[in-house]
Amino acid sequence: MNAAVPQAGSEALFRYVLRLGDLSLVLGQRLSEWVGHSPALEEDLGLANIALDLIGQARLLLSYAGEIEGRGRDEDKLAFLREQGAYFNAILAEQPNGDFGQTIVRQVLIDAFQLELYERLAASSDERLAAIAAKSVKEVRYHLRYSSDWLIRLGDGTAESHARAQAALDLLWPYTVELFTEDELDRLMCDNGIAPRLHEVHSAWSARLDAILAESTLKRPADRPHAWHGKRGQHSEHLGYILAEMQYLQRTYPDARW
Amino acid sequence: MEDKRQWPLYEVFVRARGGLDHKHVGSLHASDARMAIDHARDLYTRRQEGVSIWVVPSKAIVASDPTETDSLFEPARDKIYRHPTFYEIPDEVKTL
Repeated sequence: MNAAVPQAGSEALFRYVLRLGDLSLVLGQRLSEWVGHSPALEEDLGLANIALDLIGQARLLLSYAGEIEGRGRDEDKLAFLREQGAYFNAILAEQPNGDFGQTIVRQVLIDAFQLELYERLAASSDERLAAIAAKSVKEVRYHLRYSSDWLIRLGDGTAESHARAQAALDLLWPYTVELFTEDELDRLMCDNGIAPRLHEVHSAWSARLDAILAESTLKRPADRPHAWHGKRGQHSEHLGYILAEMQYLQRTYPDARW
Repeated sequence: MEDKRQWPLYEVFVRARGGLDHKHVGSLHASDARMAIDHARDLYTRRQEGVSIWVVPSKAIVASDPTETDSLFEPARDKIYRHPTFYEIPDEVKTL
């Protein structure tokens, strides 16, 4: 048996679970910035529901990460007391909301990724991850229904909404490459049956996106090489601002309760 | 004329669980029926209120005229014999 099988106390498994949890946490925090600012009351609640689902997933994943680490850090400590460099989300999640179209494009790209990933993670050799994925995949399926419906409305809508949706897609597409770029950690997880092959996730994601984009009458941008490594803790300038707002209370009033 | 600046109004009916009937729970704005279902799910079933949703365009609902309340509903008031309250119910019958 491989000597490097990730298990309790494993740094590799800890980091991998944080990658998943941080993606949901940062995206959930971003989405919640819409609360009170959405184009309609109905969308305000729709986006807030999705944000809450994502933060719920992050809670499960961060709690699990804390248990794997075994140094007494719980979900709150991991969420509110880690520095930017110890966050391992792909940087697509931290990109600004922009206009409603930009938020929807970011959401479609990540929803489709999470859907394909969680469907496969539900068969993970890690029982805890499999259970979290099986629970989350139902939520994510609705998220993608919501976001892709909107993308189709915007893309196949007016000249203005089409132009904005296409601009957002062109802006955010390059960041998707990082989601599917397999590094040593991803490979280690695959080799141990914990995570699926990212190129499999990518081809399923790609087919899904092609169908949504065709219906949206939007043009799929070309993939380009990139140098982003959010998954290794190297982030864009945006994450610092997100964490400043998210962590302010815990850092100013440690262990505050309400 | 329809106001193009606002989405049309839909009435929402939710079935709390299998076997019960759909109950009117409120209304919302949506650009079409599919969006209305999504919005109804997000607005009216986020605390496990239901297992099934109906949405109906509000303009499809025909309501009785409030100014006709007297002629429509008053006449029923003194027809108490229409209620089945004149039967002796045996003690053995617990629920009726």
